[in-house]
Amino acid sequence: MKRIAIVDYHAGNLASVRKAFEHLGHETVITEDPDLVRRSRRLVVPGVGNFAATRHLTDTGLRDAIGEALKEGGLFLGICVGMQWMFEASTEAPGVPGLEAFHGRVEKFPSGVKSPHVGWNQIEVVAPSRLLAGVPSGAFVYYTHSYRVPVMDATVATTEYGPPFTGAVERGNLFGVQFHPEKSSQAGLRMLDNFAMLEHAA
Amino acid sequence: MLTKRIIACLDCTRGRVVKGVQFLNLRDAGDPAELAAAHAEGGADEIVMLDISATHEGRGTLVGTVRRTARVLFVPFTVGGGIRTLKDAAAIFDAGADKITINSAAVADPKLITEIAERFGSQAVVVAIDAKRSDQARGDAEVYVSGGHKPTGRLLLDWAREAESRGAGEILFTSMDRDGTRAGFDCELTLAVEQVVSIPVIASGGAGSVEHFIEVFRRGHADAALAASIFHFGIHSIGDLKRHVQDAGIAMRWPV
Repeated sequence: MKRIAIVDYHAGNLASVRKAFEHLGHETVITEDPDLVRRSRRLVVPGVGNFAATRHLTDTGLRDAIGEALKEGGLFLGICVGMQWMFEASTEAPGVPGLEAFHGRVEKFPSGVKSPHVGWNQIEVVAPSRLLAGVPSGAFVYYTHSYRVPVMDATVATTEYGPPFTGAVERGNLFGVQFHPEKSSQAGLRMLDNFAMLEHAA
Repeated sequence: MLTKRIIACLDCTRGRVVKGVQFLNLRDAGDPAELAAAHAEGGADEIVMLDISATHEGRGTLVGTVRRTARVLFVPFTVGGGIRTLKDAAAIFDAGADKITINSAAVADPKLITEIAERFGSQAVVVAIDAKRSDQARGDAEVYVSGGHKPTGRLLLDWAREAESRGAGEILFTSMDRDGTRAGFDCELTLAVEQVVSIPVIASGGAGSVEHFIEVFRRGHADAALAASIFHFGIHSIGDLKRHVQDAGIAMRWPV
């Protein structure tokens, strides 16, 4: 099933993500039903605003449902706060657990750069990536965030704002982007299309 | 490197773009959806749509226009004009806008900024401030509402600071002294706003040449510059504008 389940956890606006996939010809469903999430093979957790909003995912059983879907080999894409949530925790909301799919913590930008980081910036592709296939280093993407993940072992793309930070992470069936592919013009659409068309890794 | 943004503004009434943009090869030069897509394709970093009629009867039309426009737009899309409540904002987001901009309603009830930011995130809330210089406010300016018709007695810098503290994600500052003059942005006041807030500042009002954009980025420290009538500058496209600004040493998203 190629249908993409966009997980609704009552944080912001899912319309943009949905219409981008639909523009590309992919079927979507917006859901907060853990059973549907558990059975989904392609999951997207978008996100804007505060990391604390992801507490809803834990409280409603969606976090467990996502964990089970991933054990079954489901593909997962986290966007912005959705990507941050794939890590262990964020200094933005201490005590709120992440998905813990990746090691590491989300932290505020260092002093010395203006925060939030808002606007178009470039990515450098630093490791082979299925999500970024066809997207070259130097591509412009749209960011809006105050917290970020430092560069770590699963980082596949970095962006410079102060020291480089993680623009995209990837391992197996897990994909995360700090920027907004649904707002990143052709480069972003290419990534969403890549995600929708990916084969499940063995 | 983080680039400076060029924002194309579409002023609409009753679902039609009413001023400022001239495009070749459009079937319908007044259609917001078609114009927005053409701007995005031409290199605009963001589209702002302002409903300048903002009447009650126009609300339904605006939501429909936003929905139609958002469907074909994959750059940030900001919508404003007549948003007075969280419910108004929610309808605009649901139609596919990424950010809303509020002006008079935020002055009348600053808690509205917080309400929308808590529900949709600060990044989705642009507080627009129209301000006019006066002898009483040197180095500052008086805030006006109701499309620039009503003075409020509030000062620009103080209101910008308050808007940020209440949850605004960006400030859209329009210089009423410069708006429509094509005499250049008010770099001095743009810089003043930039220095009292840490959120991005969008400069608006007065764009008349490529040089004006270079100035407002360099001297005004604007994070973005907005204009409705880029094609009156003796250049052919947003791409031309961005190339010139880039040649002056300012980072642009170009080529897109």
